Amino acid sequence: MLIDPAAPIIAKRSWDSYFLLSLRSPRIARQAKPGQFLMIRVSDQPYPLLRRPLSIHSRDKDRVEVFFSRLGLGTAILAEKKTGETLDVIGPLGKGFAIPPRAKGKTFCLVGGGRGIAPLYFLARELQARGGHPRVFYGAKTDAHLPLLGKLVAAKMEVFISTDDGSLGFPGSASAMFERELPRSARPTAVFACGPDPMLKEVARIAAEGGIPAQVSLESIMGCGVGACWGCVRKIKRPGGAEWVKICEDGPVFPTDKVAWEEDK
Amino acid sequence: MEMKKSRPRRKKEGVDLSVDLGFIKLRNPVLAASGTFGYGLEFKPYIHPKKLGGLVVKGLYFDPRPGNPPPRLAESPSGLINSIGLQGIGVRAFCETVLPKLHGLQTPIFVNVCGETDEEYAAVIEYLNKRKGIAGYELNISCPNVKTEGRCPALSPEHTFSLVKLAKKASRLPLIVKLSPNVTDIVSVARAAEEAGADGLSLINTLLAMAVDAETRRPRLANIFGGLSGPAIKPVALRMVYQVASKAKIPVIGMGGIMSGRDALEFLIVGAKAVEVGTANLVDPGASVRIIQEIYDYCREKKVPRIEDLIGMLGVE
Repeated sequence: MLIDPAAPIIAKRSWDSYFLLSLRSPRIARQAKPGQFLMIRVSDQPYPLLRRPLSIHSRDKDRVEVFFSRLGLGTAILAEKKTGETLDVIGPLGKGFAIPPRAKGKTFCLVGGGRGIAPLYFLARELQARGGHPRVFYGAKTDAHLPLLGKLVAAKMEVFISTDDGSLGFPGSASAMFERELPRSARPTAVFACGPDPMLKEVARIAAEGGIPAQVSLESIMGCGVGACWGCVRKIKRPGGAEWVKICEDGPVFPTDKVAWEEDK
Repeated sequence: MEMKKSRPRRKKEGVDLSVDLGFIKLRNPVLAASGTFGYGLEFKPYIHPKKLGGLVVKGLYFDPRPGNPPPRLAESPSGLINSIGLQGIGVRAFCETVLPKLHGLQTPIFVNVCGETDEEYAAVIEYLNKRKGIAGYELNISCPNVKTEGRCPALSPEHTFSLVKLAKKASRLPLIVKLSPNVTDIVSVARAAEEAGADGLSLINTLLAMAVDAETRRPRLANIFGGLSGPAIKPVALRMVYQVASKAKIPVIGMGGIMSGRDALEFLIVGAKAVEVGTANLVDPGASVRIIQEIYDYCREKKVPRIEDLIGMLGVE
């Protein structure tokens, strides 16, 4: 957990409404784990006031990357940033994915919907580095919303594609594709997912039916990102019953059997 | 590259930043505001709490509280609307698990005291009275997020008077009363608190607000209403602090949208003896410490030897 008030943008890529920023921030990069996130100040003006939470998409020894889509005011401003500008960043924050200690030779299923693919790339790279075999299920609205497909393939990951409109790959959601593919090969050691809530809920159900442990990365508007404001809660099962738990501090990754999906609203 | 936990030590030579609230002397006039600084420990990775004038921990009820369903936050231009609902661990867990760790922070700890009923406020105070390491209480009679439509004791001078009287009787420590801006006559509520024996006043709490999504035609907060904070409310806060500080004989702690040293100085100039920094902590965990530095820099530049020389020095001819 570090404040880097001036992390330079050293590279930028964009695809229509998707963006990838590489930031030079060696100490944050060194500490980063898959599933953790950054709080990024998009403006030094009072509007928008809050930092934006973005999951860490990848890292190497001195850089961290974020991948995001232009959704609202904050991401629109961030999308306009140029190489050479600096960003005020706090991170790495939260608890990331719990990777089983002996990943070597094991298979893992990673299910990402839309921009939910962002932290799964980092996780997949980490699993590969540990000798694991990640199978990535990448779904989006249309074939125009799959900007990271080439990157996943280039990283020699086994990739399955779905689109809601059927323009590429499996017609339907990433979770439906995952459900269809799951029985066709050996049972994975664990499932990891990030994406829209209905998709995560489906992945949780499918994994539970198959008796496979699963973790999901949840999303919320966040105030501080460091556990102080209690603004970003979800209903999580605890020994004394389900309670509102901070996504920023206790998550954003939770085991699916701990998320109280039905009591959440 | 990264900001170190401590900057190179700059001696505060030539400027006395300490302020005397009567019941306590603070090393500087900047406190971290309740609800924006967690229980005080969350910011340890980022700042040295001992640099603060003090900190006010998140509001405590007697029992743990579940808080409101999400979404609990909505941004607005230069502002933040929250409806956390005072989720919290309750006073017992606070004393057992948090308070012992707060001793090490070396800064005065004020506990923000809440209650569903007047008796609960008194019960929280009586429970905390027995504990060491608390400098005083901030009586939260003004949180708009507890009951529906923002009702709270601070909306009525009569209720304020009776509750503060009860709390003061229960309390063995200095009692600061936190006022609501959601009133037509803040001075009458302030006077009620003062007459009931308050040792200090802090204001303002958040402004009752709401946010709507025109696309979905739904409120942005699950609770519909929330409390507005941030730079958007600073002009309202300044006006109210000025009104109250002009009349009150007890010290006033000003807050509302303080993001910079200049903002804090404005509150001191209109008569606040100290300030609380709130929403700025969420945006920048180092905000409170930065603001102290900026106040110091201002005093150096303007050749102000003592910060207290500035308090209430608004020139109005």
